[in-house]
Amino acid sequence: MNASPFTNPSTGAHVRSVRSDLPGDLMEVSMGPHHPSTHGVFRMIVTLDGETIVRLKPVFGYLHRNHEKLAENTSYLGSMPYTDRLDYLNSMTNNWAYARAVEQLAGIAVPERAEYVRVILAELTRLLNHTCLAGFLMQDCGCSGTPLMYAFREREKILDLFESLSGSRMMCNYQRFGGCRVDPSADWLARARQLVEEYGPFLDEFEALLTGNEILLARTQGVGRLSAALAINAGVTGPMLRATGVNHDLRKVDGYGVYPRFQFRIPLGEHGDVYDRYMIRILEMRESLAILRQAFAGLPAGPIMNPAAKLRGFRPKVGEAYGRIEGPKGEIGFHLVSDGGPNPWRYHVRAPSFINLTILEDLCLGHTVADAVIILGSIDIVLGEVDR
Amino acid sequence: METLTQLRDRIAALFPAADVVLATNPSPSAQHALRLDATHARAIATFLRDDPALQLDQCTNVTGIDWPEKEVVDVTRTTVPDPAGGAPRVVEEKTRRIEPGRLEVVYHLYSIALSHGPVVLRLVTGNRTDAVTLPSLTPVWRSAEFQEREVYDLFGIVFEGHPDLRRILMWDGFKDHPMRRDYREPDDYEWEPTPHGDVLAKAKQHYPAPAPSAPSTP
Amino acid sequence: MSDPTPTNPGITETERDELRRHGILLTGLEELYNWGRSHSVWPLNFGLACCAIEMIAASMAKFDIARFGSEVFRPSPRQADLLIVSGTVTKKMAPQVVRLWNQMPEPKYCIAMGACAISGGPFKQGYNVLKGIDRFIPVDIYIPGCPPRPEALLHGLVQLQEKIRNQAIAGPDAPRHLQAEGDCNCPIPECGAHDIEPAQNGALWPKPPELVRPTKS
Repeated sequence: MNASPFTNPSTGAHVRSVRSDLPGDLMEVSMGPHHPSTHGVFRMIVTLDGETIVRLKPVFGYLHRNHEKLAENTSYLGSMPYTDRLDYLNSMTNNWAYARAVEQLAGIAVPERAEYVRVILAELTRLLNHTCLAGFLMQDCGCSGTPLMYAFREREKILDLFESLSGSRMMCNYQRFGGCRVDPSADWLARARQLVEEYGPFLDEFEALLTGNEILLARTQGVGRLSAALAINAGVTGPMLRATGVNHDLRKVDGYGVYPRFQFRIPLGEHGDVYDRYMIRILEMRESLAILRQAFAGLPAGPIMNPAAKLRGFRPKVGEAYGRIEGPKGEIGFHLVSDGGPNPWRYHVRAPSFINLTILEDLCLGHTVADAVIILGSIDIVLGEVDR
Repeated sequence: METLTQLRDRIAALFPAADVVLATNPSPSAQHALRLDATHARAIATFLRDDPALQLDQCTNVTGIDWPEKEVVDVTRTTVPDPAGGAPRVVEEKTRRIEPGRLEVVYHLYSIALSHGPVVLRLVTGNRTDAVTLPSLTPVWRSAEFQEREVYDLFGIVFEGHPDLRRILMWDGFKDHPMRRDYREPDDYEWEPTPHGDVLAKAKQHYPAPAPSAPSTP
Repeated sequence: MSDPTPTNPGITETERDELRRHGILLTGLEELYNWGRSHSVWPLNFGLACCAIEMIAASMAKFDIARFGSEVFRPSPRQADLLIVSGTVTKKMAPQVVRLWNQMPEPKYCIAMGACAISGGPFKQGYNVLKGIDRFIPVDIYIPGCPPRPEALLHGLVQLQEKIRNQAIAGPDAPRHLQAEGDCNCPIPECGAHDIEPAQNGALWPKPPELVRPTKS
């Protein structure tokens, strides 16, 4: 039951990463944990027949930094900065998911203005994540550097906004239970509005370079197809799920925050391949821009924090809650169990990119190693969240 | 969707031998749970997935929880009328009992087809040492595959019927289950520049106090 | 810079400037050698965690690490001069990091980027987190921050360049690669039943620091 992947099942001998004792011409190759295409310290043990993948086993844990254990030994608020470091591209949505879980656990109301600010920051995060993903996906296709430079140029603009609001570029630590930490100023909102106006033309330029590109079409269309039934059964969420044609977006299904007040569409794919996943993200960015415009227009005045919310000495009553939001990578949820003490008794992160990796082997079988790199890129993983 | 009580009654009618308990959640989230017995868990899970009125097709979240053995004090208050005719007295009677240690797995189910949920399932092991086997729900929901491996790795719950039950986050030769409450981490603790609280206690334990130097004589 | 340079003590900076005015450039072998080395530090394309994103950002348009000659991120350790440990090193990952370090040819340098690589950082109390990569491999530059900004990484790189420029090419102070037994291969730890074994490289981390309790006088 506990056979190591490095152990030959028939002889029990320790096997090196490239092994020659398999029947026929099969070869086992270890990709990672140091591999330029694995987006961090991810490892895949790939069995190849020629160049075709016949077996693929992911190996996790190279960035397992004990987030859940640390959270059980610190206060509820003390875990907020750690959530930044889960999916370190999207600290704002991680904050929101955790704050929402605690708000459900303790029954804390959130003022209207804070809900709007949360939507603004979550959609900016979605823009940031999807732009970077498109850049990294092109990098995986072999388009070394240039699209990523375009993506990071735009990312810096959003990070500047985050920095001037929260004090930190990447690790924002901005949301609190019952609101947000600081109120965005009128000047900040004006700059954010300007960024949103400039983002559309950037997307046009980005798409003109990429979307119809012959090489991109050849490398991604029909690669890594996922069926809707498997996607649902395997718990796949987010753009991965919608690329298979399943209309499931928590912003619509749960209608959390103030999302029901906004008009936006959910882009759906048809083929479930890598190209659809890329296109879904581009289209989602356009919808995010629409949400942002409506949020700026409707942003009410008022407090940013619920004055009744308690930050110090916060002890929720006995019980538990599972809170989830639609993060850029999929459903990010937090399961909290309280025993009435100042620390959570159990703190669990439902990490979207970890569960989306369940079907990695199914997607890669029959494809070549070069395609596996693109398929992994299209799943959009961040190792901080996969291993926690 | 029907209420959880109705659902429990329906399951009890369909699986008369099964022991299904409604576990209430007192928090404002009101996400109540159904505690299933290990024998019927997979059959009930399959029913929940396939029943046309439920269609719980997505198993979103799988967690383990460790409940070590602990002493619980039950307080029962009884009102005793004062024989002298005064105001009745309230007598508190305290009984101590040992709540046995156990491990628990929690499954959060949602329906994408019908947009409802969550339905929370809980499975409990017999104890924390040798009766830690539970049925795997991976054959019902593929999404449980890696999450059950994680629970096995961090809590040591063995899932029967799991296709590939190996450690997932820690390395293969690792012997402990680090998310259990009584896990002792390796003692490679470093002292901080200004140690205090737990850190100081741990540092003192790791680095024995230096021998008191002899008082310098003038 | 008015002192005579230690490599060519026969000529002062003023005289060198005088000669430069006449179109004659004078330099020492050491200076030239170190000048070349310090401006072509090729980092290993090796990201561990959050800091890796800032490392990528440093190599992108806005911060442009190419200005300092270090834009050539090599995917193979055999071609790299600089190991940027950019993020949390877990105990599961530590053997691989040490192995990568051993695979790099001399001269090689190591930057510990971010609080986690320096000491474990916010994850210090984790059971699977290594409390600083300097327990296993020698670190030249420490960059604090969680994560450090790209500017901080650039500053660390400039500090490293200064360190390289000031290395003597002969004598007892010469860098490792110019000495007879200059190979800096570190023993690779193994993942054991409860912890990695050994928990530190004895040559680099000889004994735990003594716990000094402040005494009130």
